[in-house]
Amino acid sequence: MDILALLDPQILASTIRLSVPLLLPCLAGLFSERAGVFDIGLEGKMLLSAFFSAAVAFQTGSVWLGLLAGVAASMVLAAVHGVASITFRGNQLISGVALNFLAAGMTVLIAQSWFQQGGRTPSLIGGARFTPITLPFASDDATGLGYFYSEVISGHSLLTYFAFLCVPLTWWVLYQTRFGLRLRAVGESPEAVDTAGVSVIGLRFAAVAICGLLCGLAGAYLATALQAGFVKDMTAGRGYIALAALIFAKWRPWYALMATLLFGYLQALSLRPDSIEAALGFSVQVQLLDALPYILTVVILAGFVGRAIPPRAGGEAYVKER
Amino acid sequence: MTLMRKFLGAAAACALTAGAAMADPALVFDLGGKFDKSFNEAAHNGAERWAKETGGSYNEIEMQSEAQREQALRRFAEAGSNPIITMGFGMADPLTSVGPDYPDTKFVVIDVTWIEGENIRQVGFAEHEGSYLVGMLAGMASKSGTVGFVGGMDVPLIRHFGCGYAQGVKAANPDAKIVANMTGTTPAAWNDPVKGSELTKAQISQGADVVYAAAGGTGVGVLQTAADEGILSIGVDSNQNYMHPGKVLTSMLKRVDVAVYDAMKAGADVETGGVTILGLADDGVGYAMDEYNADLITPEMKTAVDDARAKIIAGDLKVVSYYDNDSCPALDF
Repeated sequence: MDILALLDPQILASTIRLSVPLLLPCLAGLFSERAGVFDIGLEGKMLLSAFFSAAVAFQTGSVWLGLLAGVAASMVLAAVHGVASITFRGNQLISGVALNFLAAGMTVLIAQSWFQQGGRTPSLIGGARFTPITLPFASDDATGLGYFYSEVISGHSLLTYFAFLCVPLTWWVLYQTRFGLRLRAVGESPEAVDTAGVSVIGLRFAAVAICGLLCGLAGAYLATALQAGFVKDMTAGRGYIALAALIFAKWRPWYALMATLLFGYLQALSLRPDSIEAALGFSVQVQLLDALPYILTVVILAGFVGRAIPPRAGGEAYVKER
Repeated sequence: MTLMRKFLGAAAACALTAGAAMADPALVFDLGGKFDKSFNEAAHNGAERWAKETGGSYNEIEMQSEAQREQALRRFAEAGSNPIITMGFGMADPLTSVGPDYPDTKFVVIDVTWIEGENIRQVGFAEHEGSYLVGMLAGMASKSGTVGFVGGMDVPLIRHFGCGYAQGVKAANPDAKIVANMTGTTPAAWNDPVKGSELTKAQISQGADVVYAAAGGTGVGVLQTAADEGILSIGVDSNQNYMHPGKVLTSMLKRVDVAVYDAMKAGADVETGGVTILGLADDGVGYAMDEYNADLITPEMKTAVDDARAKIIAGDLKVVSYYDNDSCPALDF
């Protein structure tokens, strides 16, 4: 029995890498849903951004142009979702599902006609990728806390640090600014916001745009930081796990951080069955660890651990007059 | 309602006339997709070679979900395609139910060897033999004495790959340690390069310095991370040596292209009703050598592997198959 094996720096570093593609879409969904627009389409936006960021980074050799292209593509998809569900008051879930299918098909189709590599982009090299950053004072032979700092905190890409910075930023925007107050209000009681003379449509579009931006960052992170190129369906359901994390976090930014770190940790742990066996003295089925995020979400939804109450006006288009 | 019926009738008539016109072969790709750089792409290459050489044309479809399999088979059979070539173990059950309904249509299935049907040709590969050879290369190339295996979806076929590999590694270095991981238990495991990367990093932290990826599109992430971290990797099914020149030790070749090409060439006269296993002797499996990995394989390594290959063909060396008793003597999954 060596319980510390569960806190192996390798596992924790892996946790951070695997948490970021959950954290960014989770915060994206938080903005959107807090404003009353449900978004199943996180997965599709990430996928589209992953493709365009890799494609443009490959063509231009600049990862930054790739990032811009990815974010732009994701925001276009977000705008479509906005027009469908806010302006035309369509069903938000159907719009989101449709956009997921659109992104899954479109990326492979465009990639095939662009690069003829079977729906993949060529491998990115040099400046077309985000490279790991070694933080100051990090060294290979540090011990104790310094070792933890060097192995776990240091050595990630710029987007990783930005993603974690997004958590306090989200908290500040939502809870400390006038915009945030109105945004939360529009998800709870849009009539009140409208009566106060603030545009419900405008606020919801702003929230959907932020959602597109964050999903765009997540997609670019997958394709240009974690990987060196786009592969079809490479998001592999992370957008849906992010939605589960959002419910688990009860639509709150700091909880979102903890939920995605927990889910990321479980994913990282499932990669290291040997560490689990060393720590617990018996082996745990990897499949169980993979399923745990979903099981936990169901437990939360069933109301065993607190209550997860979604924004009251979520999922409904706002109609000024009937 | 009557109008509807007329439309349906017209549509059915159109479908029938269209069907009568074509007796082209049909190719049904598995979930990994036509361009997975691996198993399905090999089939695509075989079909393209046939089309180029004979000037013929063929119909094809890529599976998007499990539910489409039976539907696709029936559609091609109704349309008169012959033979219908299908890819992957997932086709076993749909074929057993669809096959008997179309006795005049010949079906070919790759990677399935356990179903029955007079009009079905089953083609299997001795993947354990090919994997044994690349396992030997891995065992000899490893400096740390630890090698890795990343499987795609956890199915018997992938364990079959891993089992042959582990035996090869042990043959080259009896003290070697083998770290084996599967990417997942759902078809998404064939297309998750991010998880492939993380698994590779996890195996590196356990000491692995050669990693064999038998994981479809997930393998792209494995090969990438191996190249980034400065260790060697082994590709699968198609020759993947070119993807990272000098960083991919070799690739386990599975000549799916040959099997598909042969079936298409035989056309409607393709021999059915039995099981064909393509092994080392038929060049159905093997390891890849080209200019990209020439510097990685020393003459001694090549001699040892070619020696083992000759012994396996002659029957002097037996590589245990995972299928024999659903367990592996060299590796626990």
